[in-house]
Amino acid sequence: MHPAPSVILFTVLSGLGFGLLAFLGFGLPPVTGWAAFAAWGLGYALAVGGLMASTFHLGNPQRALLAFTQWRSSWLSREAWASVAALMVLAPMALSDWLGLGWPRAPGWIGAALSLATVFCTSMIYAQLKTIPRWNHWTTSALFLTFAITGGAILAAPPLGAVALSLTLGALLYVTFQRGDGAFAAAGHTIGTATGLNRLGTPSVFEQPHTGENYLSREMIHIVGRRHAAKLRVIALIMLALLPVPVLLILPEYVSRPLAAFLHLAGAASARWLFFAEAEHVVGLYYGKRG
Amino acid sequence: MTCLPGKVDKTLGLVIDLDTCVGCQACVTACKGWNDQGQGLSDQDAYGANPSGTFLNRVHSYQVDVPDAAPQIVNFPRSCLHCADAPCVTVCPTGASYKRAEDGIVLVNPDACIGCGLCAWACPYGAREMDADQGVMKKCTLCVDRIYNDALPEEDREPACVRTCPTGARHFGDLSDPASTVSQLVTARGGYALMPDLGTKPVNRYLPPRKKGAVLAGPLTPLVDSPATGIAGWLDRLLGKI
Repeated sequence: MHPAPSVILFTVLSGLGFGLLAFLGFGLPPVTGWAAFAAWGLGYALAVGGLMASTFHLGNPQRALLAFTQWRSSWLSREAWASVAALMVLAPMALSDWLGLGWPRAPGWIGAALSLATVFCTSMIYAQLKTIPRWNHWTTSALFLTFAITGGAILAAPPLGAVALSLTLGALLYVTFQRGDGAFAAAGHTIGTATGLNRLGTPSVFEQPHTGENYLSREMIHIVGRRHAAKLRVIALIMLALLPVPVLLILPEYVSRPLAAFLHLAGAASARWLFFAEAEHVVGLYYGKRG
Repeated sequence: MTCLPGKVDKTLGLVIDLDTCVGCQACVTACKGWNDQGQGLSDQDAYGANPSGTFLNRVHSYQVDVPDAAPQIVNFPRSCLHCADAPCVTVCPTGASYKRAEDGIVLVNPDACIGCGLCAWACPYGAREMDADQGVMKKCTLCVDRIYNDALPEEDREPACVRTCPTGARHFGDLSDPASTVSQLVTARGGYALMPDLGTKPVNRYLPPRKKGAVLAGPLTPLVDSPATGIAGWLDRLLGKI
């Protein structure tokens, strides 16, 4: 799949933002005054900024409000609802923390749950697609949720918790790499099953239907850049799971949190680039190319 | 509304005969021609070095190694299969992508499409292409503006690809009616659906190419091994000794 920068930016930033908002909703860390303003402000900025970035890849973003209409069937629509609900439910909690109003924290808990629900909806947009075997698995949702919770923890939880989550994230990412590599073959789709010509013999491409590129080849048969996939995997694992551990354990908190967050974001961006670039769509079979 | 209709009155679709298709691309051209009216299907750099465009129908060509028989070229038109359980419809966040209850045709309302592309990701068959100029998704409409069009002569009230096919490889009809010509063709020829394991329940059917006979010796093969006689034979023997 084509790794569109706007979609990578959207999933990485909003994931981190909603992760942070979930922690703040639960009252972690217990912030007040301008520290609360800064923490909640960062959470909102990341979440909303990510959502805004997602509109950049739309052909007609001026109609984006219509995306709220089909929540009965569409995970994309559910994501729109969950994100707006989370941001609205958490607003009084942010206000209470900032101004020290001491309001009951129930909206915070509900908002935290809605924040994670938003990330789950985002993950299901990808995990539901049977056409992309690498994504069509529960580990996709587990990975997106762990990304959000880990990112939030690096910014808001006690360092030991953030370390444990970073290591979990690294392990899960490794598992998705391993499972993903065999997913297409395991799904059993071939040029023969795609065309149904396996009932006759062994088909291969004789001539392509068009001499140039088209939407399908640009969007879904993305092959450029997979050369560096192995290196990027190592970079992602080091940035996400290896380097943040000493940073969080040794450095003072005012340095360790921004630095670990930066490492996490860089690792998340490379992991998300790979998530798209390595995903193979079955339509590639018609072109004699696996995705 | 992107929930699928519980029941459709008819399931209109195409039956494509892979045995008869010669890969002439006439259906591609007729489709583009008919659907290029109104908002149209845009092309980019059409006369330049890297032409690209929006098409609703593409014809592939495959070579098939057949066990115990001659290899075959199979031309393979690919377009929307108007699936009964269309994943492109349910993923749509805006309701632009929908399936009609009256005839099962899957359509896109261009005025509600935000161009997110998720429907194209959900389709296993590559049936949907984003119009790069308009930023909305385009797909086969089964020529919904022809098949019910009283302004057209009756013989023209079928999809443009079917109407134009010079070899009669494309058939249009109601596949829910077992008595229809298309249903009978499917039964007689063992018509099949594409990637049924993905659960999309496609309506369109493909008629498999008929098996050809065994490879026969070419008409000139006996001449190759015939021994030379007379002067040619003497020369052949002499030159063979040198």
